[in-house]
Amino acid sequence: MLDGFTAETLARIQFAFTISFHIIFPAFSIGLASYLAVLNGLWLRTKDETYLILFNYWKKIFAVAFGMGVVSGIVMSYQFGTNWSVFSDKTGPVLGPLMAYEVLSAFFLEAGFLGIMLFGRERVGNRLHMFATAMVAFGTLMSATWILSVNSWMQTPAGYSINELGQFYPEDWWAIVFNPSFPYRLVHMVLAAYLTVALVVVGGVGGLHLLRNREDGPARRMFSMAMWMLIVVTPLQIIAGDFHGINTLEHQPAKVMAMEGHYDSHPHGAPLILFGIPNPKEKRIDYAIQIPQVSSLILRHEWGAPLDGLDMIPDEDEPPAAILFWSFRIMVALGFAMLGLGAWSVLRRMRGRLYEDKWLHRAAILMGPMGFVAVLAGWITTEVGRQPFTVYGVLRTSDSLGPVAAPAVAASLIAFIVVYFFVFGAGTFYILRMMNAPTSKPDPLLKEGPIRTAGITPIMQTDPDSIPGE
Amino acid sequence: MFELSFIWAGIIAFAVLTYVILDGFDLGVGILCPFAEGEREKSTMMNSIAPIWDGNETWLVLGGGGLFAVFPLAYAIIMPALYMPIILMLLALIFRGVAFEYRWRTERWKPVWDVAFFGGSIVAAFMQGIALGALVQGVEITGRAYSGGWWDWLSTFSILTGVAVVVGYALLGATWIILKTEGDLQRRMQGYAWWLGAATLGFIGVVSILTPFQDPEYFNRWLNLPGSIFSVLMPGAMLFAAWALFAGLNAGKDGQPFPATICIFVLCFIGIGISFYPNIVPPSLTIVDAAAPDKSLKFALVGTVVLVPMILAYTAYAYWVFRGKVDPTEGYH
Repeated sequence: MLDGFTAETLARIQFAFTISFHIIFPAFSIGLASYLAVLNGLWLRTKDETYLILFNYWKKIFAVAFGMGVVSGIVMSYQFGTNWSVFSDKTGPVLGPLMAYEVLSAFFLEAGFLGIMLFGRERVGNRLHMFATAMVAFGTLMSATWILSVNSWMQTPAGYSINELGQFYPEDWWAIVFNPSFPYRLVHMVLAAYLTVALVVVGGVGGLHLLRNREDGPARRMFSMAMWMLIVVTPLQIIAGDFHGINTLEHQPAKVMAMEGHYDSHPHGAPLILFGIPNPKEKRIDYAIQIPQVSSLILRHEWGAPLDGLDMIPDEDEPPAAILFWSFRIMVALGFAMLGLGAWSVLRRMRGRLYEDKWLHRAAILMGPMGFVAVLAGWITTEVGRQPFTVYGVLRTSDSLGPVAAPAVAASLIAFIVVYFFVFGAGTFYILRMMNAPTSKPDPLLKEGPIRTAGITPIMQTDPDSIPGE
Repeated sequence: MFELSFIWAGIIAFAVLTYVILDGFDLGVGILCPFAEGEREKSTMMNSIAPIWDGNETWLVLGGGGLFAVFPLAYAIIMPALYMPIILMLLALIFRGVAFEYRWRTERWKPVWDVAFFGGSIVAAFMQGIALGALVQGVEITGRAYSGGWWDWLSTFSILTGVAVVVGYALLGATWIILKTEGDLQRRMQGYAWWLGAATLGFIGVVSILTPFQDPEYFNRWLNLPGSIFSVLMPGAMLFAAWALFAGLNAGKDGQPFPATICIFVLCFIGIGISFYPNIVPPSLTIVDAAAPDKSLKFALVGTVVLVPMILAYTAYAYWVFRGKVDPTEGYH
């Protein structure tokens, strides 16, 4: 099945596969942990039962998503060594301590307090329970901070030298941790996690339950909260993305060239290619629809500013441009779609019809999973754009591979694919079913003990558009 | 100058030992799961570890991440050398980890996730034992990379250590359940623990006798100072721990067998440490050679000295919150 692939290709597929699956869960749990902390805080402050209902509702979903994040994350901590042991040997002195800090300051914090957050409210009281909930949220943010520092260092290495063993030697820890692209990437990713959850909370759940019953109090509350989140955070995210792009242009110009589809240099100002079909063989964009000068305006903030194209980059240093061209456009298009949804909600809110407009709710459901799609597209853009290097400009991907044989990598890759689709497919199904359950009434399925045969979901039995009393 | 790497070797050893004890008992509970009679007992067993299992497993991430941080060369050699056991262990841990949540989310598939919980636990334990055995046998290294074959890890000896770890973890699990439950389940576990304790001690004896045959160097380490001190002390300490275990079981003291079993594990771990020292990957990669530059060790050490005591403190607090006998009806499900 996987004959004919080199060990390197297989190892790259394996890493891409395991990390892509994994990133879904942290993106979800970073956003959701913060949301839960906010809900619990609001419940304690206002004593409004709606917040407690929402907290308990999302807590169960969080537990399942977090469990999947933990187990897929353990795999990641060993993926560096199994297939990429040369990379590990060389970068360990620099990246290893950062990852150790992630484990010590984030993973233990999350895992240590998660049990109390999930099971311990009655045992420790509200105050300590709130503390535990906040610690879980703080842990997810710490984790994001460290791992994005690691990733950013691979993109924009700084503060190192190469020692006599060929390893990266840390010269300046401050420069390593706060490497040039780290602040931008961190802000961009944390906002993305918040947006992802705002969209899931909105789409998958709030909108769905409003369609069924517009008087559903908790559904109204979460829909409203999420829509506020969307309209506040999306513009911030677009600005953060712009800064991130300009930073990338400075440090990884080839990546931006590929994202923009600029195969050729534009000494008198570059056009913004809205759409087209990349033709890597001929090194051009076919059927391009473009606006003159706008790319220069966005990236240089200046009309007519020159921009180099991939023709200035040696072929062996070029990232695969076609993938970046698409993934970047998907991410940006989704970003603007989120902005549109947020703006729509503001208009409806001003007219007092936020909970009545069914098309808004349907659009929110449609947008529900799009946060994950945007996160994946964004990560594909930045990671594929780092190629053909693991440490940008210094260590090539082909020089990072360990002494692994293709059949061993192929076998483990197939095992990962089978297990991940089975296990995480089931988990996603359970999460969707929990999201489908109403918020206000206690759901029989979520209780202990046999109630009803699984698989017969209530969605088939009720008209999703029906509103009781109408 | 080189002391830093030895401090770190101690910290990594501590992390691995903590992992073995903590995840050892919850993997053990998974291994014993098929012996639960009825849903109520199964729930009791799982609820006894549900709030703490992912904290326990985080020590494994620290073992892997810490090795990468401070002994990158050891990490880069061990992972390819133990490629298959490690991948299988990771996959097994996935199954058992998700089973905690999944089994409450479905009625029809509950048996599937119960099997996943048992299977994941036993395979993960077996693979950890195999990894241990393969390391004791020694790993072939050329230059800065693993140069052995893909099946080097598989041998009679590593299968023996694999089974030994499964039995040992089951003992840890059984004594944990004795500590955390009452009634019928507890009584049955006392019976199992007796047999598992005898089997564990038997395996420890056999593995100890066979170990010097893997590499004569091990023999010297035990016969010369400072190892010889332990050669004298170890059997006595082991006998005492074994006595504490069986006496606790016979007297029906809930709180005694579990710490006694932990003592047995700690003693075994010290024994392995004596055999390995001064290597980190037998037979030739030393702690000093595998260590990252001092600058990396220092940077990581600063945070570790502050954070590990904090981790131990709040982990202990979490255990304290969930102290006492398990109520099978409790939980948020």
